[in-house]
Amino acid sequence: MLRFVVRRLALLVPILLGLSILLFLWVRALPGGPAEALLGERATPEAVERVRRLYGLDRPWYEQYFTWVGNLLRGDLGVSTRTQHPVLEELLRTFPATMELALTAMIFAVGVGIPLGYFAARRHGSWLDHLSVAGSLFGITIPVFFLGYMLKFVFAEKLGILPTDGRQDPLLDVVHPTGFYVLDGLVSGNLEAFADAFQHLILPGIALGTIPLAIVVRITRASVLDVLHEDYVRTAEAKGLKPATIRGRHVLRNAMLPIITIIGLQVGLLLGGAVLTETVFAFPGFGKFIADSIMARDYAVLQGFILFTAVVFVLVNLLVDIAYGLIDPRVRVA
Amino acid sequence: MTTPPQSFLELRDLRIHFPTEDGLVKSVDGLSFKLDRGKTLGIVGESGSGKSVTSLGILGLHKGGGAKISGEIWLDGEELVTADQDHVRTLRGKKMAMIFQDPLSSMHPYYSVGAQIIEAYRIHHKVSKAVARKHAIDLLGRVGIPQPDKRVDDYPHQFSGGMRQRAMIAMSLSCDPELLIADEPTTALDVTVQAQILDLMTDLQREFNSALIIITHDLGVVAELSDDILVMYGGKCIEYGSAEDIFYRPEHPYTWGLLGSMPRLDREPTERLLPIKGTPPSLINVPSGCAFNPRCTFTDRTEGRSTSEVPELAETEGGHLVRCHMSREERRSIWDNEIKPMMEST
Repeated sequence: MLRFVVRRLALLVPILLGLSILLFLWVRALPGGPAEALLGERATPEAVERVRRLYGLDRPWYEQYFTWVGNLLRGDLGVSTRTQHPVLEELLRTFPATMELALTAMIFAVGVGIPLGYFAARRHGSWLDHLSVAGSLFGITIPVFFLGYMLKFVFAEKLGILPTDGRQDPLLDVVHPTGFYVLDGLVSGNLEAFADAFQHLILPGIALGTIPLAIVVRITRASVLDVLHEDYVRTAEAKGLKPATIRGRHVLRNAMLPIITIIGLQVGLLLGGAVLTETVFAFPGFGKFIADSIMARDYAVLQGFILFTAVVFVLVNLLVDIAYGLIDPRVRVA
Repeated sequence: MTTPPQSFLELRDLRIHFPTEDGLVKSVDGLSFKLDRGKTLGIVGESGSGKSVTSLGILGLHKGGGAKISGEIWLDGEELVTADQDHVRTLRGKKMAMIFQDPLSSMHPYYSVGAQIIEAYRIHHKVSKAVARKHAIDLLGRVGIPQPDKRVDDYPHQFSGGMRQRAMIAMSLSCDPELLIADEPTTALDVTVQAQILDLMTDLQREFNSALIIITHDLGVVAELSDDILVMYGGKCIEYGSAEDIFYRPEHPYTWGLLGSMPRLDREPTERLLPIKGTPPSLINVPSGCAFNPRCTFTDRTEGRSTSEVPELAETEGGHLVRCHMSREERRSIWDNEIKPMMEST
């Protein structure tokens, strides 16, 4: 198992190398550049040239690439041309926000999706089953921004039980040792801050988690239905096992593989795809920061953030593969 | 409520019907038989004749698809059809156990062979895992698995086909069941392994003095093992008798067909087998009259009753039952003068 993990981690090197080159070329292929974006439309060519030289953008791309990689290896991701802050600092500020949001969405999707899909499969053909199939189709098709505004309208505007936007009430007196606001509230013993940060996560979490929820419901339903008809489930019944034991030990465990795969893929999507949700809820996260950086042609931020997303994505899927081996002995690597 | 029977297992007029969109599927339609401890019954028939559903019904595992069951299943003085299903569950695995057809798909892929035997044992015995594990190793050794103390931790996919079926048998035997049902136990195995598994099953049956039901479409399998043989067709018993009755004095045209289509080593390989023409009947629109009439070559000898009247299962001699419109004399004369010579024509 350890060798497998090491091998997979070693595989990260060529993946990241290739991705970094592609990424580097891609951000430079965007029309315009950071200098033009910084100086605006009426900038003189001389001013643009000066700024380009300032950031080293006048040099050939491979030179820039090697400088960037060299700095990267020392932990220096460069400086944002838009905010003038170090990219690493921006990353550490925005990533925890998105991570919190993505986790909330995932907990919502998995916590609701697996039981719903499971019961739909067990009552195959019942009204609950039909409702879950129709509901998940609806969940996949509904645009996130529309859902986000509807949630805000109902729960924040009309009912007034949840906050409309942001990560935390700005009037609260709080400290942020970790950057994860919910966690911060707990570690600093400030339960009011904890509750407030959590409340701020509910609506965007639901909005972001609806598509993954719909997918999890469908996958769970399909794989539980598959497993329920397996011969080994009948064997378990023939042994005289209690129905509850059969469901937990023999059905759900087998149905988990496809579900975990989907969860792994969704986590990657959630990190990158939170832009709309973060925009609707004015949530100062990773996705919105990237979107703004694209507008500003902020090369250093784009390179750093996207590369970081790739690392997270690969690591999450590594965890999925490890989980595979733990669940199914047939894929366990010797 | 009728009186409990003397036999260890007795089925009385068992019916298992499945409602479907196309109509009612009568998988088992009025089946009765008796079986004593230490005896072996072979149930023979084509696919879809209702033999597997019968065995699942005895264990109470026929559910799904809204199955409707009626009739009586008596096991050791207890009636199971009307019994509390939770009680029937406690009998499963302990009093009655089943060996399934395909040991690979019938064993759980994620648990070691040992864990699955331990699980089966600990459902019915309140013992520690260590004790159950010793029992599992002991069982694996008894069914002929080499190095059982090591193989106990292997997963089903690490076993060969024959070994898996041995492990499956070990699992079924873990609680010393008094009734063992083997549903096509050797179909997924190659011929040499088939013989070993069948030997193993008879040895173990003798040791435990359990009642054994072997379900198969292979007459060769039941020939050696069975005391009695029940031939099923279209959800009904069409012939029942001792192994000698069925192999040496068969009286039903379908049984003749089964025997004629069985490859035999004592015949010339160039000789053609005698297949039964046609296909098994639909269990929704069972042919009127005798279910076998569309495939029977002797319908002209029943004065038209084949298509109009369902024949009764009637005793022809000493416990040998046949469901056919032809008279006993006529059936015997056909067997002696037409069928038997044709089968021995080499």
